[in-house]
Amino acid sequence: MKSLKTFSKGGIHPGDCKELTNKEAVKNAAIKSTLIVPMSQHIGAPSECLVNPGDEVKEGMLIGKAAGFISANIHSPAPGVVKEVTDIFLASGAKSKAVVIEPSGEFDQLGKIVTPIDWTGMSIKELQDKILESGIVGLGGAAFPSNVKFTIPSDAKIESLVINGVECEPYLTADHRLMLEKTEEIFKGLEILSKILSPEKIYIGIEANKPDAIEKMEKLALEKGTGIEIVPLKLKYPQGDEKQLLKAVIDKEVPSGKLPLHIGAVVTNVGTVFAIYEAIVFGKPLIERIVTVSGKGIKKPSNLKVRIGTKVGDLIEDCGGLTDDAVSIVMGGPMMGFSMVSLDTPVTKGTSGILALTQKEICKGKETACLMCGRCVKACPIGLMPTRLYKKIAYRMYEEAMRMNLMDCKECGCCGYVCPANVPLVQGFRLGKKMANKQKVKS
Amino acid sequence: MITILYAFISITLLGAFFGIGLAIAGKYLAVKKDEKLYKLERALPGVNCGACGFPGCSQYADAIFEGKVTELSLCPPGGPETLAKLGEIMGVVVDLTKEKEIAQVHCCGGKDSAVYAFNYEGIPDCNAAYSMYQGNKVCKYGCLGFGNCITVCPTNAIVSTDQELVRVIESKCISCAKCVVECPVGVIKMIPVSADYIVSCNSNDKGAATKKACKVGCIGCKICDKKSPEGGFKIDNFLATIDYSIKGERVSAVEACPSKCILPTK
Repeated sequence: MKSLKTFSKGGIHPGDCKELTNKEAVKNAAIKSTLIVPMSQHIGAPSECLVNPGDEVKEGMLIGKAAGFISANIHSPAPGVVKEVTDIFLASGAKSKAVVIEPSGEFDQLGKIVTPIDWTGMSIKELQDKILESGIVGLGGAAFPSNVKFTIPSDAKIESLVINGVECEPYLTADHRLMLEKTEEIFKGLEILSKILSPEKIYIGIEANKPDAIEKMEKLALEKGTGIEIVPLKLKYPQGDEKQLLKAVIDKEVPSGKLPLHIGAVVTNVGTVFAIYEAIVFGKPLIERIVTVSGKGIKKPSNLKVRIGTKVGDLIEDCGGLTDDAVSIVMGGPMMGFSMVSLDTPVTKGTSGILALTQKEICKGKETACLMCGRCVKACPIGLMPTRLYKKIAYRMYEEAMRMNLMDCKECGCCGYVCPANVPLVQGFRLGKKMANKQKVKS
Repeated sequence: MITILYAFISITLLGAFFGIGLAIAGKYLAVKKDEKLYKLERALPGVNCGACGFPGCSQYADAIFEGKVTELSLCPPGGPETLAKLGEIMGVVVDLTKEKEIAQVHCCGGKDSAVYAFNYEGIPDCNAAYSMYQGNKVCKYGCLGFGNCITVCPTNAIVSTDQELVRVIESKCISCAKCVVECPVGVIKMIPVSADYIVSCNSNDKGAATKKACKVGCIGCKICDKKSPEGGFKIDNFLATIDYSIKGERVSAVEACPSKCILPTK
């Protein structure tokens, strides 16, 4: 048997727990109550709110305008009336302005057949503008505005476009189901992308725990004969990060502080490819996404197609509610997600999963002193020294921590996962980055 | 025996040689330091707290001497005495009427009074806690109690209380305001040292919201202003503040306050 590709440095093997939902077809989630649409769902400047309380909104109407280059448009996920514009807390704990929409009136897009738009005649600029207009961001989790990613400087040459179907976070199966159910559409989306970027080669990286998706994609790639290569990857976390994925698929490393563009590569998520397809062919803005609702604390784990702004509590209700032993609700994957405080927190463009975890799944231990065992150093996929970095931050030596490349940490959580002393390493780095930035602003 | 003697003599000679050498060098190669700069350095308290914005006292003295800063009142720990000395050295008339200010924590909603929104299990650090939903209390204006101010205080003037709050020991505070800069919530404010009472609340929420979040929060009811019109109470944004330049009677306001959040400082 051919050995599967993977990245070389660090990484861990958490149990994947995907069997809970990987056979569940995507269902539509109901809109049960008000929708809360935050104005800051993406990396970059928060969008500028265009509506006032009392305004009537239509499905897919622009309610937040991109403010600046790195920002994204936000559209109304449902028809209704704006109840209020208020400040809410996102799952990450950050504050954001949000538009609260009371759904009413008729859905004029849902379920209606729309004639596909012929995009082949459109210029690259027109396609890019359409992506910007539709408010598309990276749906893998980081929510980086897609139009920025696909605006390539004229002197750059794209050698490889790598599509991320890895989904390395345990529990999550949203991308897996998407690849199974919308294979054809993803390939059409790829045609659009290859027109914009004109890459020399397109790869689709999929982890080996999704054999059905790999098989289906491979079959279609062969049928189409487009030269798209499906790359099955060995199971390892955090392979879904773009830098690790590039190392695994094309065996190139992105230098510290640089973008994949530096080595002539662009990485994008399968969900994003599908969203681009829908935006360009059907003119549909990004107002819904697939969310995995899973964990042992959920009665009926499922994959749901959710309107942006739906409250987490409503989704959990859709999945039969919580079991009695659920203790923590996490937005995102178990490795990088945030533990939530309120079930009224809305789903945003970057939400790939909602997990209700039991005490057994969390297995939180008491923090003890660092043993200097070096397991975190071995697990770090970037090659940082978490143990020393954490000490620097604990002693408030932020500048020194920056010199030890603190900013390269992407908070994947491998170090904290392997730590036998339960040191809150990732939380520390998050704090360190924040404080270092604050210090930089001051001086 | 004789070996020890050799060693003794050679070390003595060496010592004498270097000693004389250093004495000569000290006399003839000395860098002349201005008398004024020397005096400036002596006038500053030497705590090296950094409140002036310079790394330490001698850097501030350098800056004054070289004329980079003309402001002499940047040293709060020194107080009027230092200011007077600096003014004398530089030959400038200084304003000595400004009163010494000390830090005070404007929150008394401890674990028995405040309502908590969730259990915070992260790093016990105010900045880390504040970045998650602006702290674990329902009130987003109150003291988080993890004690970052205790860490930065150069004179150990801040202590934590059994209510998971912090308190400033007035006699130890040197008015460097490092805690004010460190506190992510902004609950520590500088007030004149002569202040007799403080409104120990920082909440700008509406009265009803404050009441739900904390038993001892200021609800902006304006009773204090009505009871002690001479007391300098001012209600802005649902929060009472005291104008300390007005020195009227405040006791009746303190007694009338429904949430009992006007506390004596002493």
